[in-house]
Parts: sequence; structure tokens; C-alpha cells
Amino acid sequence: MTEIFVLVEHRQGKIREVTYELLGWGERWIGQQEGRLTALLLGYGVKELAEELSMRAPRVLVVEDERLKDFNSIYYQRVLSSLLSRYQPLLLLMGHTAYGMELAPSLSVELDLPLATDCIDLSFEGRQLKALRSIYGGKINAHVTLKESKTYMITLRPGIFPPKMPEEKKGTIVIEPSPIQETTERKRFLEYIEAPLTGEDISQAEILVSVGQGIGGPEHLPMFEELAKSLGGMISCSRPVVDRNWLPKERQVGISGKTVKPKIYIAVGISGAFQHVTAIKGSDTIIAINKDPRAPIFGVADYGIVDDFQNVIPLLKEKVKGMK
Amino acid sequence: MNIIVCVKRVPKTAEADLFIEKDGKDIKKDHLVFALNDWDSYAVREAVLIKERYGGEVMAITVGPEDSKEVLTRCLAMGADRALRIEEPPCFDALLIAKILARVIQGQPFDLILTGVQTEDDGWGQVGVSLAQLLGIPHASIVNRIEIENGKARVKRELEGGLEELLEVRLPALFTIQTGINEPKYVSLAAILEAEEKEMKEVGLEELGWTSMESLYATLDQVSFPPAGKMAEILKGSPEEIVNQLTEIIKKKKG
Ligand SMILES: Cc1cc2nc3c(=O)[nH]c(=O)nc-3n(C[C@H](O)[C@H](O)[C@H](O)COP(=O)(O)OP(=O)(O)OC[C@H]3O[C@@H](n4cnc5c(N)ncnc54)[C@H](O)[C@@H]3O)c2cc1C
Ligand SMILES: Nc1ncnc2c1ncn2[C@@H]1O[C@H](COP(=O)(O)O)[C@@H](O)[C@H]1O
Repeated sequence: MTEIFVLVEHRQGKIREVTYELLGWGERWIGQQEGRLTALLLGYGVKELAEELSMRAPRVLVVEDERLKDFNSIYYQRVLSSLLSRYQPLLLLMGHTAYGMELAPSLSVELDLPLATDCIDLSFEGRQLKALRSIYGGKINAHVTLKESKTYMITLRPGIFPPKMPEEKKGTIVIEPSPIQETTERKRFLEYIEAPLTGEDISQAEILVSVGQGIGGPEHLPMFEELAKSLGGMISCSRPVVDRNWLPKERQVGISGKTVKPKIYIAVGISGAFQHVTAIKGSDTIIAINKDPRAPIFGVADYGIVDDFQNVIPLLKEKVKGMK
Repeated sequence: MNIIVCVKRVPKTAEADLFIEKDGKDIKKDHLVFALNDWDSYAVREAVLIKERYGGEVMAITVGPEDSKEVLTRCLAMGADRALRIEEPPCFDALLIAKILARVIQGQPFDLILTGVQTEDDGWGQVGVSLAQLLGIPHASIVNRIEIENGKARVKRELEGGLEELLEVRLPALFTIQTGINEPKYVSLAAILEAEEKEMKEVGLEELGWTSMESLYATLDQVSFPPAGKMAEILKGSPEEIVNQLTEIIKKKKG
């Protein structure tokens, strides 16, 4: 029987959405064949989470230990390596997230299991796993074959697979004893640090004029500010703009910034990396201005302009003056 | 504090036209501009800042072709003390890179290893954390602050949605560095000239006792352009005409 393990991501008492995307993918893949999908829930005091998961996974395997309360990859790795050695599933799926990126590579080295990270699709040819990866900033796809193995490890890109929806039918919950014996001082979780609450909240904006690295430098910002103002919107940005201190962190859109859902999102000089794009999918209309016709942002935008922003924005700014 | 930084020379593709080689195994690279991987330049800067605060040495290491020496020179100009280039195996395999790095690093004294979170080209986000496991040292990934005290590091990891977590990690350790952790410093011409004087070593794979060049986990079958799928409606015409269309769209969608 084919068995797929999905690592459940949860933080501060909540299951993270990517978990349901992984379960959705696993369920579709198992489809008609004889197989079993199991969600692995590692934590402490997670009964309620297990119940919640059992609405979306046929089987939930729970390991509870005080040391699994917060995510410390050393303890997670200890538990997973014991579970994988014992059950030898065909596949362990994780998200390509702050969880998966911290854990998957070291686990794969420990157990000598082939791993492909940040995958956007998977298929099997016999027992051989083929992975599709998006490389060169999303402009190229790489078709990869993993070395044949009893068990494969994959981290899937978040935000691209439809999540598994809850069902009436309840899955079984199986409790496993914790294999953790020693407490380690090598790595300790201390605390979470919340993003500070600041003045303007871009996640509430109806119109966002969002600038990326492609605007070249902060000298162009006043023009974009003015445009945003005329439209009754706010200015937001991609990550490199914050990294370079052109705009403050609270303006950043993306997985490590804010998720936005404006009526209109205008992306200027933004290439469309998944870490950015995942967080704008709730926008009603996306307009992209980019001089590269192959920029991945055009794959998610509704309207596109292929040009240097300097040919377009000054004209647009004049045109919409007083439009608000 | 002896710090090793792992760096890679990568092609800058965000604004470039890309073409695929005849054998379908890679993109054409002749017309591309190469530079230090963005994440790695933050890692090098961080290593130099830590050295300035706590003393010690910074060594930059790359596994790459002859041309990679130019990014090593850049690292030296940014303040690294020594550099090492290891010959590159023909592969598309993060584990193999990590294993080669581990083999070389095992013979060096170090307290801290820094890598980037990911490369701009292959983007595995895998080499750093694999390397830590190979060396048997603890790690933290996506790090955006490091403070060191009494043989321990307090590091901040970036999670999702603006949330961060604070960890304490015992040294020696490996951290994968996130962009924005520090402010890049302008590299002067004088610094580049000075860099030419610093130690840059090269080592072949055979010298390392490396015989098998086979990919360990993953082989690349082919590359392709992503299928067009749903594409934006591209507005056409002169800039004036485009802006007129755009204004109409904005008016309509604004409600
Ligand atoms: C763990 C992690 C978390 C991350 N979180 C986020 C996040 O929250 N948000 C985020 O945005 N990124 C995030 N990133 C970074 C992400 O991977 C990309 O590096 C980033 O989104 C790229 O930003 P960009 O599109 O502005 O720049 P680039 O990718 O450099 O793109 C610039 C674009 O501008 C275009 N351009 C250049 N000049 C012009 C011109 N004159 N006119 C018009 N167009 C022009 C180019 O064609 C190009 O497409 C994260 C990465 C990691 C690893
Ligand atoms: N060929 C290489 N030589 C040295 N370091 C590398 C190499 N490839 C990757 N790295 C390091 O590992 C990090 C992550 O790379 P990757 O796993 O390819 O995304 C990079 O930011 C570098 O610090």
C-alpha cells in the first residue's frame, strides 16, 4: 500500500493553511489507487487541532511532547526520523515555508532520503519520482528526477494548490508515543516577536500602487505617492524595496509581509516571485507594469503593460489627477 | 570568531531575455550578467560586521567555475580576509554541493558558518541546512538578526506574515541569512584594489579525494518555459493610448 505523510504546520494554536494544500494535493494524487494519506501532527496539548484535522485527513497521527510545543527543528527531526524509519511511507510532504526550509534538508541528510524543495508539481513514473521546480525567479521550469528510493521527501510551494475542504466524515486519530529522550540545549525556542502595529495598514486599502526593485531607486517614490493619492489609494512594495530602506517594512506585500485584497493592485517593476504573488491573489483586479514580457507577474495579472514604467506612470499620474 | 561564508556566482535573470540551450538542459548564459547571489551578499556583510564586533577572520568559499573568482574578489573587497574556490562538479544537486563544502570545511577552524537563504538561480534553499547536518552542528534558517554572547547566538528567524521567532543556538552553528538583515556597504575602488592582495586559493575535486561526480539526489532532465496558462490582457498602443485604456479600467474597477 502506498502511504503519504503530510507534516502538519501549526503555530500559536492554529493550523496553517499550507497544511490543507498539502492534504489536498495528497488526496488527489492517491485518488483511485490503494493508498493512505496520513497527517502528522507534532505538538503539545493539540487534541483540538487533531479533531479539526480529522475533518480533512483520513488519518491523523499525533505525537505529543512538551518539547514539541513550539517548533524546534531538532525535536521535530527526532520524531520524524523515527516515524519515517518505522513506517517507510512513499512520500513525506512538507510546505516550502519557514517550517519546511528549517527542517527538510537536515532530515533528508540524516536519513539519506532524496529531497526536492520548492516543487510546483510532482508525478511518478513507476516508483521514480519526477518533480517540477520553478527556477530563475519563476522564468524557467526545471524537470527533475529524484534518485530511486523507498521514501522521498518533498517541500511543496505554498499558495498554488487548492486546499482540502472539511468534510463530515471523520478520519481516525492515532496517538503515537514520543520518541524524544533527551532535552537539548543546542537550539532553544525563546519567544515569538509580533510585527509592530503601525499607522497605515495596507491590508485595508482599496487601491494599492505597489513598487518593486524595478523602479531603480527611491528618487521615483514621490511620483508613485502622488499617483496613489490621486487614486485614493496607498503605496506598497515588494521586499527588496524594504531591504534597501526605500520604504518601511509595514509597506511590504508578501508571505513575510502583508496579505492584501484591494479592488485594484497596480504592480510596477515587480517580477512576480511566489513569495510576493501569493499575498495578492485576493485582489479583484491586478494590473502589472513591467518591461519584461516574460515576467511571471503577467501570469497572475488581469491587465498588463509591457514597457518602462517611466513611459507610463508620469502620463497616468497626470491623467488621474483629481480622480478620487 | 572564525566565520566561513558560502557564496555563489549567479546569472542575473530578472530583466534578461532567456533562451534554452539546444540540449534542453539549461538556459543560454553567454549574454547574461553574473554577480554575487543577493542573499550571499547580505551574508558576507553580516560576517564582516560580526568580525568587526567580536574579532576573528572571515573566509569566503565557493564551489564554482573559474569565473567565480570575480565574486570571491568582491567578497574580499567587502571585508573577507581569505577566499577559496573549489572546482565545480557537473551537476544540479544541492546535496552534492553541500557534501563538497562539508569536506573542505571539516579541515578548517570555525565558530560560525553563514550561507544565503537561497540562490537566485536554482533556489533550492537547501545547501545551508544540509551542510549543517553534514557537519553535525545546529542551524537556524531565514535569519534576520544575530547577537553573540558566551558561545551562544541569539538569532531571530523570519516566519510568515511579519511574525518572527527568537532562538538561542549554541556555537559552532550555521545560519542561513535573509535579505535586509543589514545595510549593504558601498564597495570602494580602493577596497577592490586591496582585495587583489588578499589570499585566494583554489582546489580541485580530485585533490579533495572526490571521485564520483554523480548527482546524489536529483538529476535535471530538462528545462522549459512555464506554460503560458492564464495570461494578462496586454494593453497595446502608444503610451498615451495605453494610459487612456488604463484610466478607463481603473475607473470601472474602482466602482
Ligand atoms: C523566505 C523568503 C521570504 C520572502 N518574502 C517576500 C515578501 O514577503 N515579499 C516579496 O515581495 N518578496 C519576498 N521574498 C523575495 C522574493 O523571492 C523576490 O526576491 C522578490 O519578491 C523580488 O522583488 P522584485 O520583484 O521587486 O524584484 P526583481 O525580482 O528584481 O524584479 C524587478 C522587476 O522589475 C522589472 N523592471 C526593471 N526595470 C524596469 C522598468 N524601468 N520599468 C518596468 N519594469 C522594470 C524587471 O523586468 C523585473 O521583472 C522572499 C524571499 C524569501 C526567500
Ligand atoms: N556552489 C556553491 N558554492 C558555495 N555556496 C553555495 C553554492 N550553492 C549554494 N551555496 C550556498 O547555499 C545557499 C543556498 O543555496 P541553494 O540551496 O542553492 O538555494 C546560498 O545562498 C549559498 O550561501
